[in-house]
This record gives sequence, structure tokens and C-alpha cells, in this order.
Amino acid sequence: MTVRDDVQLDLSYDGVVRRYAPVIGLETHVELGTVSKMFCGCSTEFGAEPNTHTCPVCLGLPGALPVVNAKAIEYTIRIGLALNCSIAEWCRFARKNYFYPDMPKNFQISQYDEPLCVDGHLDVVVEGQTYRVGIERVHMEEDTGKNTHVGGATGRIHGAEYSLVDFNRAGIPLIEIVTKPVEGTGPLAPEVAKAYVTELRDILRSLGVSDVKMEQGSLRCDVNTSLSPIGVSEWGTRTETKNVNSLRSVERAVRSEIIRQAAILDRGGRIKQETRHFQETTGETRSGRSKEEATDYRYFPEPDLVPVAPARDWVADIRASLPELPAARRARLRSELGLSTEELQQMVNAGVVEAVGETVQAGATAAEARNWWMGYLAEQANSREVEPTSLPITPAQVARVILLVADGKLSTALARQAVDGVLQTGKDVDAIVAERGLAVVSDTSALTRAADEAIADNPDVADKVRGGKVAAVGALVGAVMKATRGQADAPAVRQILLQQLGVSE
Amino acid sequence: MSDERPTLTRDEVAHLAQLARLAVTEEELDLFAGQLDVILGAVARIGDVAAADIPPTSHAVPLQNVFRADEVRPSLPREDILAGAPAVEDFRFRVPQILGEEE
Repeated sequence: MTVRDDVQLDLSYDGVVRRYAPVIGLETHVELGTVSKMFCGCSTEFGAEPNTHTCPVCLGLPGALPVVNAKAIEYTIRIGLALNCSIAEWCRFARKNYFYPDMPKNFQISQYDEPLCVDGHLDVVVEGQTYRVGIERVHMEEDTGKNTHVGGATGRIHGAEYSLVDFNRAGIPLIEIVTKPVEGTGPLAPEVAKAYVTELRDILRSLGVSDVKMEQGSLRCDVNTSLSPIGVSEWGTRTETKNVNSLRSVERAVRSEIIRQAAILDRGGRIKQETRHFQETTGETRSGRSKEEATDYRYFPEPDLVPVAPARDWVADIRASLPELPAARRARLRSELGLSTEELQQMVNAGVVEAVGETVQAGATAAEARNWWMGYLAEQANSREVEPTSLPITPAQVARVILLVADGKLSTALARQAVDGVLQTGKDVDAIVAERGLAVVSDTSALTRAADEAIADNPDVADKVRGGKVAAVGALVGAVMKATRGQADAPAVRQILLQQLGVSE
Repeated sequence: MSDERPTLTRDEVAHLAQLARLAVTEEELDLFAGQLDVILGAVARIGDVAAADIPPTSHAVPLQNVFRADEVRPSLPREDILAGAPAVEDFRFRVPQILGEEE
């Protein structure tokens, strides 16, 4: 194969997707929200002192025997049903053998060719188009310990002198949700990937099976990407990108991997099948170990555990207990809040549907709830590079702010200051309002004094208004608002100014 | 039946050694391939008694659905856990450099 350096092709994303069709696949790991581990009674609490949640079972000490956590099975079935999967009548665990010091047993208990849930699907909507993402399987396994790499510059394995292992996380119930290859998305592959993980997260949250915190690693995503030249039906070699730890990163990782692979293929190069690591800072992927083949894991049935055969009436009971899922909830909210399909879709894209719904439930109007979450709060989230719902403010607090504005106790400017206060301190809205003295100045004599000063300071503007250019009064309103540090009600100020100038509208 | 038993080749032993990041000499490859093949051969004799009417199983006992309730039980004291570790630092198990993971 010739490597051509002379070819100058458009390597922008838009240029690349005109020449190549991406195929993506996602493997999502979810830590289940059980209180105890998958095979032993150790606590699953996050953030405990290292190695305080360990016992002979999760440390793999000789003679210790694992016993399956019934709740973990139930949660996995819940997930499988919500993803339209078939629930296996019989399945079992397998040992996945590998050499890496994050499991003290030297293997991970997982499921291999006999998973609990198979063959489902999840529909996601991107730019008005519905994409059906096939679910290959949902299987159970246990999470691994956490390694800290010591020595070297960046905390990476490379260059480290040794590693330290904390086994608190080892043995926490983990499920892996594997999609079928997703084709036909064209340039929208990054958006479809993000929409899938978003929808999956919302479903898992509504099922109550996980706290789905990407920043704490309870929801983790690996993204497979391959390219084939447009018109070629055969798939290219895929890479697997790990370390994708936010919804935004899912989109960025797919996008940058598409560009990287295209640059190699354009020069007549070959894609290496390997694991790559997403770099949050650069938005690019970096080569990791060459991908091990499934046979390298030497899977075999776990002899310490007996098979799991969920009774059909148990599965039926679980199905009957499923809550309203996000798609149905969105449809209901859309009609209840009187939104257009497009408005709802904008809220979905912004990830604020649930937040708006809860804000309305807490007493705000739909229009205001939507304004806040799509407007000021979205801006704040964007500047902090987090999702709006990750902001340290609750829908109830947003509803309270909206109520205070509706009652005329806060102006919009003051309301934003109140929100800023909540975001900065985590205190409640009323506490911030009281502490910072945020209140609309409704004392007419104080406002009149401020209006007179503004008129005196801006004689030219005042003359214009008196001369009939009423719109010019805006500058004076601004001056009064500034003097009262935003604590006045702008329409009232305008009224007083016009009155003092002897102008009527 | 015995001529159908799987054999372990020298190349497979070299591959396993690579997966485990073990440095194995040429002489050791010959030695281990031979020894491991004898072990595999001994285990494979079970295949001689397998009959078509006996389904494969991973268990000797006819049990399924052995579950425990999702309840927290006390973990072991950390001192006890770390007491058996060859090396400890910051209450964590200290392990040697991990090789060949990230370029």
C-alpha cells in the first residue's frame, strides 16, 4: 500500500464526511445503585477511604465464595426491559482473564456468550430524524479497583514508576450495554452518539437503578468508530475510544476520531485496531494498548456461581413496575406545557426537559421555566463547560426565583444576581436575597430622586425626550437602574421619568 | 478420542507470556510448552467419558438462582487487609510498573 504525502484533501470535519461514512458503536458501563457489592456485602458508597470497603470475596482471597446480589439482577432486568430487550430464561457468569492489577482475583466476573438481556433497541431523535440504535446485549459484571499511577509527569501509566491500588470499587455491580453497529447517520454520527448516551442516561435515572454521574464514573462510555469510503459497503477497521467522561466528550471523541482516521486513510494508510484514550484537554484521542482479542481473555464459565434463570412471573412483575420512561414523559410534558415539537426538541438537545418539567411542577409557568433553563442557566452551564442540570441549583430554586419575579419582588437583573448567588454558595434563594439585600426598590420618593438626578446629569437626553423623542428615555432608565444597582423595576422607573419630564405617551 | 485433544503450541505459550508481560527465554518456551501440554492432556481425558446424553455443565450441583439480599455487611478492618500485601503506600496496594498499556 502506497503512502501518499502529496495529496491535499479537505481535512475539516465537513470535508471528511463528504468522503467517508462513519459507523459507530457504543459500550456503556453503568454502576448500579445497590447499597452492597455484586458478590459480597461490602458497601458501594462513593468516596470512602481507600481499601475500607473490602473483604475476602472482593479481594479474591483463597476459599472465599461470591454470592449474587438479587437487587443487581432485578436492576439489570429493569434496564433490559426499558431497552426493549429479551430477558434470557437462563444465563450464567464467566471469568474474563487478563493481566492488569485492578482485580485482585486476576480475573473479572462478567458474562460472555450468555448475557441476561439481548436484542433490544433505543430510538433517539437528532435534527428531527429518528435513529433506531440496536442494543446487542446488556450484561452483568463487576467493577474493577482504582489505580493511581505514581511517578512520571502526568499521572499516566506511561512513565509511571509504580501504581497504587484501591479496591473499594472492585466488585461494585456494573452492567455493560452494548449497541449494535450504528450505520446511516452520515455526518450526524457524533450527535447521534451523544443523543444515545443522553437518552440512555435519562432512562437509567428514571428507572432509579443508578445515580448515572459521569463525573464520578458511575456512567462511562467507550466509543467505537470506523470509516468506510462513501459507496463502499464494507466496514473499515474500528478503534475503541475509552475515557469519554461527559456527554460533550462523547460527541467530541467521535468527531475527532473521524477526522484522525480520515487523515490516515486519505494517505493510503491503514487504521490499527486498538484502544485509544480521549484527552479532555485537547479533544483528541491518543493511542493506548493494541486491542486484545476476545480469545485473549480466555473466558470460561464461572465455577463459583450457579446459573441465573429469572422466573417469568418475576420478569412480568418487574415489567409492570417500570416507571414512565423519558420518551413518554416528554410527549406528555409537550402537551401539558403546550410546546411545539421544535421547542421540545430544543429542550431535549439542551438536556433540560426534566429540569423544566420539575420547575413547572414546583410552581413556575412553563414559559418562564423554559426561558431560564434555555437562557441564563444554559449560558452559565456553557461557560462552566457542564450540563445545565449539573449546575448547583435545583428546579425548586429556579421556580422560587421565577415566583419572586412574578410577584414583583425581583427584577430580571436581580433575579440573575440571586441565581448567581445560589450557584456560587449553594445557599437557598431567600437566604441569598436577604443576605445581599436584593429587592426591587419600590419606594417612589427614592426613585423620583434618582430620576431627577438622571435628568440633571443628562440634559441633552432630557431635551430630546421633552422634544417628543420618547424612545430616548431608555438612556435615562439605564442611568437610574445603574444608580439603584438594578434594584428598581424598569417599567416603573420609565413611568416616573416621563412624569418628571412632563411627557405623556 | 485422545488424538483429538487440544495441543498447546510453543507460539501460544509465547503469546500468553506476552499478554502477561513475562519475559520468557527460548529455552523456557520449549520447557513450558511441553509441560503445559502434558497438563492439558491430562485434563482433556475427561473428554473421553463425555457422552452425547450428558449436557456440558460448569457445576456438579443442580442449583440455580442462589441470591443474597442487597444488604451491607461489615468489611474487614483495613489493617488486616493490608497486612498481607507485599508493599503498601497511602493505604493502597503498591504494585510494580504496569507495562505496555499506553504509548
